[in-house]
Amino acid sequence: MKNLKSNLNKLNPYIFVLPLIITILVFYLYPVISTIIMSFQNVVPGETEFIGLKNYEKLGNQHFFAAVKNSFIYTIITIAILIPFPLIIAVFLNSDNCPGKKYFRAAFFIPSLVSVVVTGIIIRLSFAASDKSIVNAMIGWIGIPPQSWTVEGPYHAMFLLVLIATWRWTGINIIYFLSGLQNIPKELYEAADIDGANGIQKFLVITLPMLKPIIIFVTTISIFGGFSMFEESYIIWQGNSPNNVGLTMVGYIYRKGFQSGDFGMGSAIGLVLLVIVLSISLIQLRFWGFYKKEK
Amino acid sequence: MKKLIILLILVFFAANLFAAGETETETATDEGVNQISFWTFQELHLQFYEDAVIRWNAANPNRQIELVGEVYAYDDMHNKLLIAIQSGVGAPDIVDIEISKFPNFLKGEIRLAEMNEYVNPVKSQFIESRLDIYAKNGKYYGLPFHVGAAVMYYNTEILAAAGVDPYSIDTWDDYVQAGLAVKEATGKPMTTVETTDQWTFWPMICQRDSDFFDAQGNVILDNATNISVLEFLYDMVYKYEIAVPAPDGFHHSEQYWGAMNNGDYASILMPMWYMGRFTDYMTDLSGKMIIMPLPRWEPGGKRSAGMGGTGTVVTTQAANLDLAREFLAFAKLSREGNIKLWELLGFDPPRWDVWSDPALQEPNKFTEFFLNDDLFATLLEIKDEINPVSITAQTPDLTDLIRHTVMFQALQTREKTPEQALTDAANELR
Repeated sequence: MKNLKSNLNKLNPYIFVLPLIITILVFYLYPVISTIIMSFQNVVPGETEFIGLKNYEKLGNQHFFAAVKNSFIYTIITIAILIPFPLIIAVFLNSDNCPGKKYFRAAFFIPSLVSVVVTGIIIRLSFAASDKSIVNAMIGWIGIPPQSWTVEGPYHAMFLLVLIATWRWTGINIIYFLSGLQNIPKELYEAADIDGANGIQKFLVITLPMLKPIIIFVTTISIFGGFSMFEESYIIWQGNSPNNVGLTMVGYIYRKGFQSGDFGMGSAIGLVLLVIVLSISLIQLRFWGFYKKEK
Repeated sequence: MKKLIILLILVFFAANLFAAGETETETATDEGVNQISFWTFQELHLQFYEDAVIRWNAANPNRQIELVGEVYAYDDMHNKLLIAIQSGVGAPDIVDIEISKFPNFLKGEIRLAEMNEYVNPVKSQFIESRLDIYAKNGKYYGLPFHVGAAVMYYNTEILAAAGVDPYSIDTWDDYVQAGLAVKEATGKPMTTVETTDQWTFWPMICQRDSDFFDAQGNVILDNATNISVLEFLYDMVYKYEIAVPAPDGFHHSEQYWGAMNNGDYASILMPMWYMGRFTDYMTDLSGKMIIMPLPRWEPGGKRSAGMGGTGTVVTTQAANLDLAREFLAFAKLSREGNIKLWELLGFDPPRWDVWSDPALQEPNKFTEFFLNDDLFATLLEIKDEINPVSITAQTPDLTDLIRHTVMFQALQTREKTPEQALTDAANELR
C-alpha cells in the first residue's frame, strides 16, 4: 500500500498537467499534423488522395504573391507606426507633468474594447464613396475630390487597413509600454538629473534600453498580428477585394479553403505562412540579441 | 484512493471532450413526430419551409414533421456545411446551398441525396435549365427557388423626362440611343455596371448563347462573344458615357441602393429576385419602376438569362432520408409550393405552369411597387429565351476571378483591355 502511495505521488504532477497536455495534443498538435498531411493531398469527400507537391506548385500565382506582398507591407507599416507612437504617448502618460493622465489612459484604451467587426463596419461606412460620407465630406472642405476609398486602389486600401490597426492596437501597446515604464527605477532618472542630463538624453539612455524587453515582445506579437490579419480586410470587402488590394495570406487561406473548397491548397498556404512568420520572428529575436547568454 | 478518483474524473472529462463532437440525432419523439433539421443563410427561406411544414402536416396526419430550422450568415453556413459534409458528421437533413458554392459539394464522393424520382415526373413543367444547374451526371441534387430571369428595371420618371418610352427599347442599340437621350436631357447615367460582381456581364453573355464554360466544362471565358460583350460594356461607360461603374462596385451595397433610390440612374439590369431589394431598400421608387425583358443583341435574339439561385438539398446524413426527400419535393416541386414561392418570397417560380395561375395575379407588395399590369405575362413571354448556365467544379474559382480582377481591371482601373483581362483570367484556369 505504501508503495502504491509513493507511486501515486510520483504520478501527481503528471495528473495536474494532464488537462493542459490533452488540450495541446487535441487542439494544437493534431491539427498541425493534419494540416501538414492535408497540404500534400487533394481533399474531397470520400476520395482524398495524395498528390505530392501539387498544392505547393499551385501557389505560384499572382493572387498568392499579392497576398504575401500585402501581408508584408501591412506588417512593416503597422510595426513602424505601432511601436514608436504608442511608446512616445506612453512616456507622456507616465510623466508626472501630464495633465488629465487618467482620462487619456482610458480614452486610448477604449478602441481595443470595440469589436473589430463594429470597427470595420464604421470605417467602411465613414469611408464610403458617396460625397456625403463623413470622410469625403471632410476632405471636401480642403478641396480634395471625393474618393471611392474601398475600390480606388492599393494605397487607399492599405491606408484603411493600417488605420484600423492603429485605432485598435495603439491603446494596447500603450498599456504594455506603460507597465514597462513603471518598472524602471526612479533612482536612475534622479542620478541622471544629478549628472545634468536633459529629457531627450534620459529617454535615449535610460528609458529606451530599459524598455528593450517590452519592445521585443511588442514587435514579436506585432509580427504575428500583422501576418495573421484577416478580419479587418474581410469586413471591408467581404473577402472580395478588387484586384486583391485587401487580400492577405490568411484571407487567401480562407478564399481557397472555404470559398473554393480546396482544403489541400489552403493547408499549403497555411504552412508557407507558418514558415515565413517563424523565420522572421527568429531573425528578429536574434537581431535583438535574445539568444545571447546573459552576461 | 482519492487520487484514483481524481484520475478517474479526469479521464471521464477527457473522454467527454471527444464525445462532445457527436451530437445527438433524435429521429422521432414520443408522439411519433419526425424532426427534420434545416439550415439556411436567408431568413425568408426558413419562413417558406415553415409554411410548407404546416401544409405537409395537414396533408399527412400520420407522418407529422417538426422542422428545426437555423439561419446562419452566408459564409458561416457554407463553411460549416462544407466541413460537416467533408467529415461525415454534423450536417443537417435539409440545407440551402447557394449556386456559386454548389460545385464545392459535388466534388469527390457526392454526399447529397439524389432527387431524380421526384424530379423526373414534373421536369417538363419546369424551366429545366434551373434544375440542371444543381445536377451532375444526370442526377438531380438541388431543387431551385426561382428562375432568376434577368430583366431590366427602368425608372420611368427619368425616362419620361427624356421622352423615352421603355416599350420602344428592343435592342441594345436602342438602349444606347435611349441612354444618350437620357444623358442629354437629365445628365444622369442610363445605368450602372458591376465592377466587383458578375450580374451585369454574365446575363449579357448568356443572352448571346455564350457562358464562362461550354457544355463540356471547358473554359470559354475569352471567346469572341464574351470579348465583344465586355467591350460593349466598356463603350457604354467610356465611349457613350451612358453608364458608370456601380458605387462600391456592385448592386448590393448600401451606397448603390441610396443612389438608385435617389433617382441617380435610369435603369438597372438584374434578375427578377432583385425585386425584393427595391421593395426593401429603395422604397422611394415605388410606383416609378417598370420591369421589362432585356434588350436583344440582334433581331430574334434572346431577351433574358437565368441568374443566381439557391438549391435546397437533402444530405445523405439525414436521419430519415426518404421522409426528408419527400418533404423537400412537396415543398419545392408541387404546384402549390411554387405558388408559395411567389406569394411568400416574391420569386419567379421555376415551375412555369403556375405562372398563369390566378393566385399569381393577386395584388401583393411587388405588384403594388412595380408599374407592370401583369408581371408574369412578361415572364411567360421570355420563358423560352432562358439559356442554361454551365456550372462546373471550377465555377467558384472563375466567379472569384470575374469579381476580383476581370471586371475591375477592364472597367474601373482600365489597366487591361477587355480582351486582355478575359484572356488572362481564362489562361489562369486552363
